[in-house]
Amino acid sequence: MNIVVCVKQVPDTWAEKKLSATDKTVDRESVDGVMNELDEYAVEEALRIKEASGGEVTVLTMGPDKSVETIRKALSMGADKAVHLVDAGLHGSDALATSYALAKALGTIEHDLVILGVESTDARMSVVPAMLAERLGAAQLTFARKVEVGDGTVKIERLTDTGYDVVEAPTPAVISVVEKINEPRYPSFKGIMAAKKKPLTTLTLADAGIEADKVGLGGSATTVADVAARPPKQAGQIVKDEGDGGTKLAEFLASQKFV
Amino acid sequence: MAVDRELPTDEAKALLDLAHDLAVNELAPKAAAYEERGEFPRDVFRLVGEAGLLGLAYDEEYGGGGQPYEVYLQVLEELAAGWAAVALGISVHTLSCYPVAAFGTDEQKARWLPDMLGGSLVGAYCLSEAHAGSDAGSLSARAVRDGDAYVLTGTKAWVTHGGVADYYNVFCRTSDDAKRGISLLLADASTPGLVPQPPEKKMALRSSPTAQIVLDGARVDADRLIGAEGEGLRIALSALDGGRLGISAVATGVAQAALDAATAYARERKQFGRRIADFQGVSFLLADMATAVEASRALYLSAARRRDAGKPYGPQASMAKLYCTDAAMRVTTDAVQVFGGYGYTTEFPVERYMREVKVMQIFEGTNQIQRMVIGRHLAADPS
Ligand SMILES: Cc1cc2nc3c(=O)[nH]c(=O)nc-3n(C[C@H](O)[C@H](O)[C@@H](O)COP(=O)(O)OP(=O)(O)OC[C@H]3O[C@@H](n4cnc5c(N)ncnc54)[C@H](O)[C@@H]3O)c2cc1C
Ligand SMILES: Cc1cc2nc3c(=O)[nH]c(=O)nc-3n(C[C@H](O)[C@H](O)[C@H](O)COP(=O)(O)OP(=O)(O)OC[C@H]3O[C@@H](n4cnc5c(N)ncnc54)[C@H](O)[C@@H]3O)c2cc1C
Repeated sequence: MNIVVCVKQVPDTWAEKKLSATDKTVDRESVDGVMNELDEYAVEEALRIKEASGGEVTVLTMGPDKSVETIRKALSMGADKAVHLVDAGLHGSDALATSYALAKALGTIEHDLVILGVESTDARMSVVPAMLAERLGAAQLTFARKVEVGDGTVKIERLTDTGYDVVEAPTPAVISVVEKINEPRYPSFKGIMAAKKKPLTTLTLADAGIEADKVGLGGSATTVADVAARPPKQAGQIVKDEGDGGTKLAEFLASQKFV
Repeated sequence: MAVDRELPTDEAKALLDLAHDLAVNELAPKAAAYEERGEFPRDVFRLVGEAGLLGLAYDEEYGGGGQPYEVYLQVLEELAAGWAAVALGISVHTLSCYPVAAFGTDEQKARWLPDMLGGSLVGAYCLSEAHAGSDAGSLSARAVRDGDAYVLTGTKAWVTHGGVADYYNVFCRTSDDAKRGISLLLADASTPGLVPQPPEKKMALRSSPTAQIVLDGARVDADRLIGAEGEGLRIALSALDGGRLGISAVATGVAQAALDAATAYARERKQFGRRIADFQGVSFLLADMATAVEASRALYLSAARRRDAGKPYGPQASMAKLYCTDAAMRVTTDAVQVFGGYGYTTEFPVERYMREVKVMQIFEGTNQIQRMVIGRHLAADPS
């Protein structure tokens, strides 16, 4: 089973995230980049499937030059090779454009499964996996907390608010994973050294056959019109229980339209 | 907070990221509880072993990482900021591989090094005895040749990993010759007659067991003699130079953790309506702490780079050990001061940092002994 894992580099979870003043895209230069946390789970799941049933794991990343650090991390965890889609024309792509570009890049890689994280920690749209499946014409198995690979099929447990659904589909399929699915491994020093020697292909828009006017700020269907800093946290309201605590809580929740 | 480091290669950078992740996610959250219980964290050593951190500074030919000291020491520093006892353990383990790696025959290296560096074993280094500390040359445990083995009798003291190690470097007297009377034997932990005693009850680093090893007629095969008979003291002293750099890096890591904790606290804590970080009395304290940490790192790295370049570095290793551990003692003590009364409680880690660093001024040569080494070097006639 050949698997492609889509991995995104995001600003360090602990760093203060900033948007560029000029075009309101995420500032990726001034902060340390790390692998999107959920994508570590996606890489881990791909490696486990490969270890159990063979095949190759390819990492696919769309992002600026710097994202190569994140690609290396996935390779040092054990992925076999990587494809880096990098082109100034991609800057500012929205979810629709991102899914288009990833689908095009996937056209250059043989695969039976595509595994993604459920969402990124920077832009948090949580729609790329579904959009990608749609573009590829493949089954979408999202919010997986367990994956089982059969002969030409794949079955997942899809996490829901109340429990889980079992969903099965033929391959090729697109899977997105939640963090309950596994415990990602640490890379090892041997893995770090081996990663240096693994194949890394760089694709430009032209290489992937991507039409320039369908990606980037210009090619995106949405625009970020305005942004504002989050208001400072308000002091909480303390409810003292004088026998009527329950009523007071219910009143508060109702006043905030929570119930 | 991740330290911004100058590193020679991309792999070194990835390695430091790995060390930082391990320190933050696997070491720091467990340290206080293991210290409290005085429990050796075998699982954590397995984890760092699997990550390849127990043989970083040795040749790739035997399964080591082939990394320069400049990189290995910064890994130790990162880990120490999470849990000093684990970083110290890696330093002692690295020391325990040195005699075979540097003085063993090709056959001995091929036989033992792959396992020692492979990550599943932990080693120990038995030089000190109850009466022979700073004056290690006065040790009295004996090894007497008997057929194809040596028979060991006596008591080694203060052995880090005593009782949990898989093998022991045991320095013993093979003759009464003042200069060439000591030899080194590499004993397996399963050797009958090699009996670890209950661990000492210590002020800190309680998750790193320190114990006496009673040698009660322990038979060690003669092919486990490392170097020639009588070469033991020379081996012991040359191994210590690298070990001292290890301690320098560990002390710097703990000092960095104390500085980070104190800085974060001083930015939050308010008195007289202001953040205490805005009082000059506190901010000058923090400034001195930060300067000491930077200077420590620069000094141990400068000695490490001499070692990596193949230059003599003994006096520089002593200077680093002396400076880094004294600086860390000051920095961790001042961190408690910044926290006020809260710093004196176990609710915050700074009191533990202070206790952990104290012993670093004592072991692998007390800081008086380091001054003696540096002073002798200065007094020696250069011709
Ligand atoms: C303030 C702000 C507002 C925005 N508003 C919108 C909006 O309204 N509409 C809109 O369409 N876009 C919007 N965007 C942009 C958009 O969210 C992202 O830029 C777009 O690329 C979608 O990525 P995501 O991280 O949200 O994807 P998600 O769907 O959250 O990511 C899920 C998974 O997809 C994979 N993945 C995502 N990106 C990549 C990549 N570059 N390379 C490889 N794998 C990847 C990863 O596996 C990831 O775990 C906004 C961005 C910002 C900063
Ligand atoms: C936690 C811990 C772990 C240890 N791990 C190991 C280990 O793994 N292997 C091992 O072999 N040993 C180990 N040791 C032993 C350690 O190296 C010794 O404790 C150290 O060398 C000092 O020896 P001592 O304790 O006998 O002190 P002493 O040598 O008795 O020193 C007492 C005091 O006198 C001073 N002093 C001594 N001689 C001089 C001099 N010439 N000039 C000026 N001052 C002097 C010392 O600086 C010190 O202040 C460990 C010790 C501890 C506490």
